[in-house]
Amino acid sequence: MKITLSVNGEERSADVEPRRLLVHLLRDDLGLTGTNVGCDTSSCGACTVLMDGESVKSCTVLAAQADGHEVTTIEGLAALAPARAAVGAGEASGDGDASALHPMQQAFHEQHGLQCGFCTPGMVMAAVSLLAENPHPTEAEVRLGLEGNLCRCTGYHNIVRSVLAAAGELPKSEEVPA
Amino acid sequence: MTATDVGQEKATRGMGARLLRKEDARLLTGEAQYVDDLHIPGALWMGMVRSPFAHARIGNIDASAALAVPGVRHVFTGADLRDSWAAAMPCAWPVTEDMKAPDHWPVAVDKACYVGDIVAVVVADSRYAAVDGVDAVEVDYDPLEAVVDLEDAASDRVVVHEGLGTNRSYTWSLVPDPDAVDRAFADAAHVVRERYLQQRLIPVAMEPRGVAAVPGVYGGDLTVYSATQIPHILKVMITATCGVPESKVRVIAPSVGGAFGSKLNVYAEELIAVALARRLGVPTRWTEGRSENAVATIQGRGQVQDIELAADAEGKITAVRVKLLADMGAYMQLVTPGIPLLGAFLYGGVYDIPAYSFECTGVFTTKTPTDAYRGAGRPEATYAIERAIEALAGEVGVDSAEIRRRNYIPSDRFPYDASSGLTFDSGNYEPTLDRALELVDHDGRRAEQRRRREAGDTKHLGIGIATYVEMCGLAPSRVLASLNYAAGGWEAATVRVLPTGTVQVVSGTTPHGQGHETCWSQIVAEKLGVDPDSVEVLHSDTAISPVGMDSYGSRSLPVGGVAVGMAADRVLDKARKIAAHQLECAEDDLELVDGELRVKGTPTKAMTLQGIAFEAFSAHDLPDGMEPNLAGEVVFDPPNFVFPFGTHVAVVEVDEETGGVELVDYAAVDDCGVQVNPMIVEGQLHGGIVQGAAQALWEEAVYDEDGLLRNPTLTDYCVPSAAEVPNIRLDHTVTPSPTNPLGVKGIGEAGTIVSTPTVVNAIVDALAPLGITDIAMPAAPERVWAAIREAREGQS
Repeated sequence: MKITLSVNGEERSADVEPRRLLVHLLRDDLGLTGTNVGCDTSSCGACTVLMDGESVKSCTVLAAQADGHEVTTIEGLAALAPARAAVGAGEASGDGDASALHPMQQAFHEQHGLQCGFCTPGMVMAAVSLLAENPHPTEAEVRLGLEGNLCRCTGYHNIVRSVLAAAGELPKSEEVPA
Repeated sequence: MTATDVGQEKATRGMGARLLRKEDARLLTGEAQYVDDLHIPGALWMGMVRSPFAHARIGNIDASAALAVPGVRHVFTGADLRDSWAAAMPCAWPVTEDMKAPDHWPVAVDKACYVGDIVAVVVADSRYAAVDGVDAVEVDYDPLEAVVDLEDAASDRVVVHEGLGTNRSYTWSLVPDPDAVDRAFADAAHVVRERYLQQRLIPVAMEPRGVAAVPGVYGGDLTVYSATQIPHILKVMITATCGVPESKVRVIAPSVGGAFGSKLNVYAEELIAVALARRLGVPTRWTEGRSENAVATIQGRGQVQDIELAADAEGKITAVRVKLLADMGAYMQLVTPGIPLLGAFLYGGVYDIPAYSFECTGVFTTKTPTDAYRGAGRPEATYAIERAIEALAGEVGVDSAEIRRRNYIPSDRFPYDASSGLTFDSGNYEPTLDRALELVDHDGRRAEQRRRREAGDTKHLGIGIATYVEMCGLAPSRVLASLNYAAGGWEAATVRVLPTGTVQVVSGTTPHGQGHETCWSQIVAEKLGVDPDSVEVLHSDTAISPVGMDSYGSRSLPVGGVAVGMAADRVLDKARKIAAHQLECAEDDLELVDGELRVKGTPTKAMTLQGIAFEAFSAHDLPDGMEPNLAGEVVFDPPNFVFPFGTHVAVVEVDEETGGVELVDYAAVDDCGVQVNPMIVEGQLHGGIVQGAAQALWEEAVYDEDGLLRNPTLTDYCVPSAAEVPNIRLDHTVTPSPTNPLGVKGIGEAGTIVSTPTVVNAIVDALAPLGITDIAMPAAPERVWAAIREAREGQS
């Protein structure tokens, strides 16, 4: 079946099997491989993208269901940022160019909120969606809000800090970890 | 922070700096390429037909319906592929000369020996067609009895591999002085005898495994992309098992999404991809599904542990005696039999123990093979001793902290020759206990605990302590030889200064989340006085980094990072010779300041490292006999393991009404020697602690009596989310290792090694007034609630 959707602000069309999952449309047909697949039961959240601004697990959405909708993946996130975060990337980071990051991506970088990086695109998208709904969450609200996204590397400690930092809610005393 | 810490956290961008990671930008933007992300034109997708039975003879395999599925090209059985293998799948660690192990073929031929054993391979045009094809293959099975329980396996009631005649693969023992052990038990004032069960765990790296094999049609070259920790080892093993000359194989580990030991292996699917790419002359690829991962990737732990402590009247331990039954699963994978041996030396923990006895029997069962999982043998050992010492504390009538203080190896005894035969390089255990107790406000928590107990509160507070030492930095090659391991434990590094001033590091380590690019850059920056941004780190591709032993066993820094530092030293030595030659001074007159070699007292006479590198590159004016180019190459074989240590304290609240256990507070004080990047050390600890706590509280691969895995998905295998875990409070001490010139120790596994007993000790402490002395892992609410109810019924 033929579908047309907006992906990261661009109109894309595809001819897909009715059973094709949105995540496979994004990855295999459109080449947007930043969105990862970590499970087969909609449990891990590695495939989280924004659909019409809200986070969805793209392994649990049929490509056909995305017909006519707007999808944002990790590749398109930085363009969503109100002002591009060129914030101090040069002096803060290593040689990876972090100058074109969304503030949430920048916060994950600064707070060491990622290690292997596989859950990261989904985690970042879920966190962006979380702050869109609740711009000033408590730590407990962040933990609960990210319940659908699993990470095996970080123990979540620095992910939670990243989200709080992006929200401007990291206590001053904690800006440099003890 | 303690007094030994002074000078560690200086604000440089070299060693000790909290430098943000170089790896992050590509991972945060989706630019990183994991195996499944690779665009490989013309690749065929493989799907694995797996046995749904734990133990069954394979009858007729009917592929006709599968071959009729649109997009399915081929179906291969074990018999079809039998001539593809030059050798059976490798086990690199036959722990004893008489170890029994069956031939293990990538595709089973006559019999399937666990749920997940591959019996046929479907090759199709797309990933969807491959799945459809797998569903359509019809296999006749003749089910046999499963072997699930370890003692049942050891009894040989049902033998998994008839040709071996027994399920008992090996018995390995370490009893340096049996008489001393017997005497200690005969003379003991206190003896504790405990049995602990280490449940099987599923590693659950967030990226499932994947492989792609791309043949060069005319040259016969083969490029293999794999989600692996060990591209170098895999390359050798592909040569050995598939009969491809090593000159024709290149292995690349692209971005790898976590591993935790589960990708420290040579897997059937990797070899099948190679065999079929060669047979069909087109690229083949496969990506593991999550539920498939639960049965197809190795699992961890799986031991029955019997531990006995003998102690004098004051609770000073005089001997430790341990007997293990270890679950190998159905086959030996790469290092399956050796995993218990990695713990064999550590059942005495951090304590000064005069007499030691360890014995382990490895048995086959009809379950997924076990192998390395974060900590690998050392979490099991630490769990047993740190639980048993609590039992001893109860026996002697002293508290958890005091029993440890009485038994710690004194700090003035390092390097310490343990009765198990190891020499612990450096240590100072008691300050980590003091600080961890302080971080959780131990006295205040104990007062609160008393208050609740007196008030009959149904929310029981528990405080758990565990102190650990681990041996890591695998490994001195001669020690590996004594353990019958097939390879060495060295690591290679090359440092080159290119004529543009870029410093190129080639490392044999294979990072998969640890941040080697950042840390190796910091080491080089410190050594050469350059900015870490001017350092590039190349790794994980056998064509770029041809020599290496890869990453596992917390070895990357204490072996590989040390090699990088030593190679940088050689670069500096050579640079010094070139500068002395051109500046016409003695080498000793030169000092390294801000990336320049300057003549002392005459700072205008100087050469930058880049300038020296250019001179070495042009080679117009080098000292007589010197080879061009500014490079240093090192292969470092460590003289000993390194021995990180620390104390963790957990505070839990156990709800009597529900059996629920909440982690209220967690403090960890660790010592991994000199820290290259404290931010990364903390990250390793956070993740490790949660992974170990998950064994205590939530995770278990549950097999039924028919050998079926009951919880293969992430909806029922309970990997914790952010909502289940608390903030973790960290502090550290710094006791440098004398084993290597950087003074570093590994930190990748430490958190996991100690957090499991820390949490379980807290739960048992909470329930101690009910007479509960043990709770099986994972301490799920149902299990805790039942234990409380049973204890209450016993009381009434």
